[in-house]
Amino acid sequence: MEKVMMKGNEALAEGALRGGCQCYFGYPITPQSEVAEYMSRRMPELGRVFLQTESEVATINYLYGAAGAGVRCMTTSSSPGISLMQEGISYLIGAELPCLIANVVRGGPGLGNIQPAQADYWQATKGGTHGDCRMIVLAPNSVQEMFDFARDAFDLAEKYRNPVFILADGALGQMMEPVELKPFLEFDPHKNDSWATTGAKNREPHVITSIHLEPEEMEEFNRHLQAKYLLMEKEEVRWEEYQTNEDDLDILIVAYGIASRVCRNAVDDLRASGIKAGLLRPITLWPFPKAEIRRFADRKIPILVVELNMGQMLEDVLLAVEGKTLVDFYGRYAGIIPSADEVVRKAFDTLKKVGK
Amino acid sequence: MEKKKLIRGRPDALNDKIMHYCPGCGHGIVHRIVAEVVDELGIKDRFVGIAPVGCSVFAYWYFNTDFHQAAHGRAPAVASGIKRARPELIVMSYQGDGDLAAIGTAEIVHAANRGENITVIFINNAIYGMTGGQMAPTTLIGQKSTTTPLGRDPRKAGFPIKISEMLAVLPGSRYIERTTVTSPKEVNKTKKAIKKAFELQMKGEGFTMVEVLSPCPTNWRLTPKDALKFVEEKMVEYYPLGVFKDEPVFND
Repeated sequence: MEKVMMKGNEALAEGALRGGCQCYFGYPITPQSEVAEYMSRRMPELGRVFLQTESEVATINYLYGAAGAGVRCMTTSSSPGISLMQEGISYLIGAELPCLIANVVRGGPGLGNIQPAQADYWQATKGGTHGDCRMIVLAPNSVQEMFDFARDAFDLAEKYRNPVFILADGALGQMMEPVELKPFLEFDPHKNDSWATTGAKNREPHVITSIHLEPEEMEEFNRHLQAKYLLMEKEEVRWEEYQTNEDDLDILIVAYGIASRVCRNAVDDLRASGIKAGLLRPITLWPFPKAEIRRFADRKIPILVVELNMGQMLEDVLLAVEGKTLVDFYGRYAGIIPSADEVVRKAFDTLKKVGK
Repeated sequence: MEKKKLIRGRPDALNDKIMHYCPGCGHGIVHRIVAEVVDELGIKDRFVGIAPVGCSVFAYWYFNTDFHQAAHGRAPAVASGIKRARPELIVMSYQGDGDLAAIGTAEIVHAANRGENITVIFINNAIYGMTGGQMAPTTLIGQKSTTTPLGRDPRKAGFPIKISEMLAVLPGSRYIERTTVTSPKEVNKTKKAIKKAFELQMKGEGFTMVEVLSPCPTNWRLTPKDALKFVEEKMVEYYPLGVFKDEPVFND
């Protein structure tokens, strides 16, 4: 299949439109503005909708309307913009509307900086949203995956009638790599007709809402959401392992996104120095590959978590291992992507802590 | 027995549920007007209403049409999202003054300025109704509310905002009219305005809004009759009725 050099942000956009995205709404913010720029050219070419909005607060509500009308739709932003969208994301989950939201993360808190970071892990997986909200959070680590995950996101969103979230970072958005451009997805454009606002022709009216005044009704609806989340946890956990086959692994590194690329090199370097290192890379940050990580904890293999933040996924790893093994952490911040050498040095520290 | 003939029944677009609105509230009247217009234009099966946050959050309880409940102030964005996704639909954003003129000012201004082909029904009763009578952006100078117990003082709380006048100066707005529902005559004028707004949307002419000055006896602490008088005497004085804009936006 044809391969082209593309920027991560453009690959994300092309993937989404090949996944059937009919409407894109967005507001400029670095380092993801290329998504909107790309969409402003490509969507009209395909007879689809591109709209630059007045704010991120508004953006998520254009998405709320379009998703309620049953069409495949998306927005992208970066950290502060995603913060502004949190209320709307909660409404989307509360009204059970499928759509795609992507965050090309930069440094925070506050205005932070525009450098690559993984500082929004908590926001994406635990929610800045009000209410008991969950979303499938996909973490690509290559330009190819920016394309693939965006292309597949709408099927996944429609399967659960829930937003799907892509958590990338400034490096993935800005870097160029060869991408295999898979064809346009076939999908049923009438799949959502049974609940969407398409006009009440020869049917009862459809109402898109998230309000439940009666306490019993509110609880019942939340039980329904929980059942849906449970199914996602059962069906959708995705992860990748590298060099984890031996029984007597010395150390397991856990990293996602761009950090996992560095850690893969670190694993090779550690092995060249005679350390049996392995890498586990969560692909879905929620649902989190808890059971997969626990497997290593049960065998008392020390774990080193590497992130471009001050220790966010770290907490999920700690929950997964239930105190059964040592968990160490190495984090750099917002634009400072650690070298493989740094990770190797840290791994030796970790090994010392367990007397190796 | 003499055979009785039905002169005027319930519009098809409205169901027979008893409305939750207070006695003397204007929402019920405007709901019915919208439903009558939807019937007359034959658009019930391609109509989507947006219910705001406020007293009319449950507007969809009463309409036999599709509805989408929006977050506070964001109804024009939700309406625009639906209209862009499915341009064949006739989309109405139904909003109160807290929703539209305070928290939702950015969305309403940009929907109007883009010439978005939607219709906004703006219910201005100069008070936050659902939360219990706090000062709204449209509360009159000197008007008492639960957060202006001594009356609105513009030096502290600013001035009542005139949304119709504001939106009329934007190049994207197609048709803006302010009406009221204090008498059958005014109700008929409101109906004419709402019908015109939807007709313009059907022709794809752009952003239309009808602002309806509407009584809120409960939170004004007035009888329904005195509330009508308050609209006619006090509100109309500050918010004059009439057409503020009626000119084509796009000349292509």
